[in-house]
Amino acid sequence: MKKRKTGRLTRILVALLVCMQISVLLPESADAFSDQIIQKGATGDDVVELQSRLQYIGFYHDTIDGVYGWGTYWSVKKYQEEFGLDVDGLVGPKMKHMLEKSTDFDKEFVHRMLKEGRKFTHYGGMPLDKQKGKKPGTGKPGREETARKPSEPAPAQPSPEAPAPETPAPGEAAPEPGEQPEAPADETAPAPEGTPEAAPAPDEGAPEEDIPDETPEEDAAPGDDEADIQEAINTPEGFTDNDIQIMAQAVYGEARGEPYTGQVAVAAVILNRIESPTFPNDPAGVIFEPRAFTAVADGQINLDPDDTARRAVLDAINGQDPSGDALYYFNPDTATSGWIWSRPQIKRIGKHIFCE
Amino acid sequence: MIRSVLIALLVVAVLGTGYWGYLEHQEKNAVLIQAENNYQRAFHELSYDLDHLHDELGSALAMNSRERLSPSLTDVWRITSEAQSDLGQLPMSLMPFSKTEEFLHKIGDFSYRNAVRDLDQEPLSEEEYEQLKTLYSQSGEIQDEMRKVQGMVINDNLKWMDVELAMAAQDNPGDNAIINGFEIIDEKAGHFSETDFGPDSGHITKTDEEIAERVEGLEEIDEQEAVDIAGEFLDRDKDFEVEVDTTGDGLAYKAYSLTIEDPDDGHDIYMDITKKGGKPLWLLEDRQIETADISLYDASEKAGKFLEKNGFESMALVDSKQYENTGVFNFAHMQNDVRVYSDAVVVEVALDNGDIIGYEGFSYIANHEKEKPVNQSLTREEARDRLNPALEVMEHHLAVIENELEEEVLCHEFFGTIDDDTYRIFINAENGREERVEKMDRAEPVYDFD
Repeated sequence: MKKRKTGRLTRILVALLVCMQISVLLPESADAFSDQIIQKGATGDDVVELQSRLQYIGFYHDTIDGVYGWGTYWSVKKYQEEFGLDVDGLVGPKMKHMLEKSTDFDKEFVHRMLKEGRKFTHYGGMPLDKQKGKKPGTGKPGREETARKPSEPAPAQPSPEAPAPETPAPGEAAPEPGEQPEAPADETAPAPEGTPEAAPAPDEGAPEEDIPDETPEEDAAPGDDEADIQEAINTPEGFTDNDIQIMAQAVYGEARGEPYTGQVAVAAVILNRIESPTFPNDPAGVIFEPRAFTAVADGQINLDPDDTARRAVLDAINGQDPSGDALYYFNPDTATSGWIWSRPQIKRIGKHIFCE
Repeated sequence: MIRSVLIALLVVAVLGTGYWGYLEHQEKNAVLIQAENNYQRAFHELSYDLDHLHDELGSALAMNSRERLSPSLTDVWRITSEAQSDLGQLPMSLMPFSKTEEFLHKIGDFSYRNAVRDLDQEPLSEEEYEQLKTLYSQSGEIQDEMRKVQGMVINDNLKWMDVELAMAAQDNPGDNAIINGFEIIDEKAGHFSETDFGPDSGHITKTDEEIAERVEGLEEIDEQEAVDIAGEFLDRDKDFEVEVDTTGDGLAYKAYSLTIEDPDDGHDIYMDITKKGGKPLWLLEDRQIETADISLYDASEKAGKFLEKNGFESMALVDSKQYENTGVFNFAHMQNDVRVYSDAVVVEVALDNGDIIGYEGFSYIANHEKEKPVNQSLTREEARDRLNPALEVMEHHLAVIENELEEEVLCHEFFGTIDDDTYRIFINAENGREERVEKMDRAEPVYDFD
């Protein structure tokens, strides 16, 4: 009985050890794609991984930004064509599996670069610290550099750094089954089954030692990286995020507290005016036209808009128009102009009457 | 002693207040003068533009060869756009001046159309020349009136601030000289706009008129039927709370506006359904979506199923985008492998539970019944040869789009790249004209200043 117990205990221990072993051996499994099918237009971590992995084998040369845009779309299609998958731009389990096997994804590095807002690349067979750009926005990059340098421990700069080929040939990166177990224990090291021309194994020690040393203070909070990063965002064709923000401010100033459709309708009126020949042709021109909006006249446009106002603007830009092509609206309780009453009315939403 | 100290203090206080008040007053005056100066600048620039417009139209007329008109007409187009921008800076939005603005737009449209077309191949027709003459004399009249107003403003030192005050006060804004002057101009322009500018004069057919035309003759439904249609459309039980409203006279078609309380979570769903034919025009659910639990792909499948269930036949997903936790999908009707972009439907899906939270089918309803152009005289290769050789073609489709004249045309649609940028180019399949060239937007980096 007792023996059995210890037997069980050792078995559990062994199992635990094996588990740990596996988690050390296969760190990628934790970082790998979630099981969604990635489609053009998607944003988030999976797209970051997709772009990084495609870049690793030289299929993707654009910025890694977490938005599945046109650049990524063409890369995916090129990959699918090259390896005989269905060329549909959808990244399904098969393609993800192939990518996982043939490429390496240094999640920690990529996400830290994104967080710091640096320019960076993720080509395979090239030390990652060479692919890292400057931190933006600080205005004094020199001081940043020197400030960080002293904190770097001595082994940070190993000498044998053979220059890696800058552009790995995509054709060489064909996934070869059965090589997965060879993945090294350290997740930061590029997988050896990369391109044959890529830097040989000994050199790959360089990036793996460099990365954690570069900014040790970051290591303390790896949990932050788990949140969906969105370093770039989708914007509707023809509008920038700043346009949307200005419009959201106008909508918030004019129609906060109104029902949601009322807010979408106000945003739609702004867009209808942009389209109309008798009004200015851009969001700021319409919004800041003298006496056009009371929220502009009394300064309420400078309030911080809430998410609802922003959502309303996006809905309106995407084509929604609850106002029914209205060009004007007014609050019948406070309207000072008699002329506005003469316009043909379309409908009333909340406190506002929308008219042609 | 104490008394005199108090008096001294009071005197200081009064003087101080007076001085502070004086400074405030000066500051306020400075701000007012600056605002007034901005208005004056816009106003005088506007009259300068109108002067200039008249002259430029005149020199276009005087040009000997109709083939060399392009520079002159381009200038006309530029001036109209400047005049429109100056108008946008004046406090005119509550003043009836829209006819003048429309007139300017028409001149701009006319000159643009004729400036960009190849006048060597296709010189101005007799009729267009007449139109140019008419525009010249009409702009002359507007110029005269504008000069009168300008003279008045200069002579009498009229202030635009007073115009603003007069309009805000609302008790007979007609008393103001500037307002009067502009009203006269607008009346004149109103008569002009009846002038015929030819068939392609940029008459904007509004979507509501098209929809009204489509549903004309269909059977009218009552409120209860509208509610039933909504329930079916949303795939919800019929015992939800609903408020029904009707739209006013401003729209060419009549519609029911429904406000539905979602029985599942209490959020409001808004929807418009046409009275005739009971066609759902749009749908919106007011809900902030906090998480993205399903993938964009799954959401697009749901959007597709939603359309199928509601009788939209052979719709194909042509674009999808994720905005935080919402998926927005653009569908186009497929007719024998041709993407009909003018029959478009937008569906929004919440990425937390996959519910449909938005639908918009204005252009589908307006255009779907129309007969589509099928004439294809250019093959894909012939169209391909008309593209910029620097463009690397990545994708090709046949597509029907609405061109600038709002006609539906059959096109070869090419997606291609030049360096890292993606372009979409429509080549008319009948005459090979480059109907539209679009640079597709790239994802925008987040500027975080916190």
